[in-house]
Amino acid sequence: MPGLTGKHPLAYLPRQCMDELYRAIADPTRRAILDELADRDGQSLFELCGRLTMKHGIGSSRQAISQHLEVLESAGLVVVRREGRYKFHWFNRGPLRSINDRWPQTDGGSEDA
Amino acid sequence: MKISYASVAVDDQEKALRFYTEVLGFQTKHDIPMGQHRWITVVSPDDPEGTELCLEPDEHPAVKPFKAALVEDGIPFTGFAVDDVASEHERLTALGVRFTQPPTEMGSMVTAVLDDTCGNLIMLAQGTMA
Repeated sequence: MPGLTGKHPLAYLPRQCMDELYRAIADPTRRAILDELADRDGQSLFELCGRLTMKHGIGSSRQAISQHLEVLESAGLVVVRREGRYKFHWFNRGPLRSINDRWPQTDGGSEDA
Repeated sequence: MKISYASVAVDDQEKALRFYTEVLGFQTKHDIPMGQHRWITVVSPDDPEGTELCLEPDEHPAVKPFKAALVEDGIPFTGFAVDDVASEHERLTALGVRFTQPPTEMGSMVTAVLDDTCGNLIMLAQGTMA
């Protein structure tokens, strides 16, 4: 019975963190970045930019994408890990749980809402 | 005018020659002593009279930070055409080659990105820009 056993701790994120989270996913380019990381996690900036251009028609500069990644990173949705000389971006879905925990699905609710 | 050669800046010419010939499968075209370095070029066995790739020492002070910044962001500065990216990925991975991007469909192309062990990322591409 989800919802009765207590909310996920992330539901109690400080308000500032919640603001950053909602701001991060309010932008369509940043949502496309998360879509692509969901397709394959652990991408370089180059691969992400290629996918955004070729699959989403997003022609933003590498620098602009880099700035979007910084917003996602500060919201906790993207984690950057260095592996030797490379830098890869990973999708962290943890903070998204706080959204569902705040307004959990009720029994009569539509799954597609 | 035609393009006779292009260069990759390598941290060790001998190591690079082995990688570009024994692993990638190119042929040595020139290997001429030039002072403390060598003039080394390789060509594709499919096109031995075609464009040469020069394995150039990367010791100019501007080159290493440039290469490191590209590698950090996963950017390949040089690319090779292959018939089948997936089979090359499989063949090269078995030889211990590290890919920073596995074969990925990018519009009309399939691309992958590998590390040449000499400080460069290389794109393998199949197909052409639509």
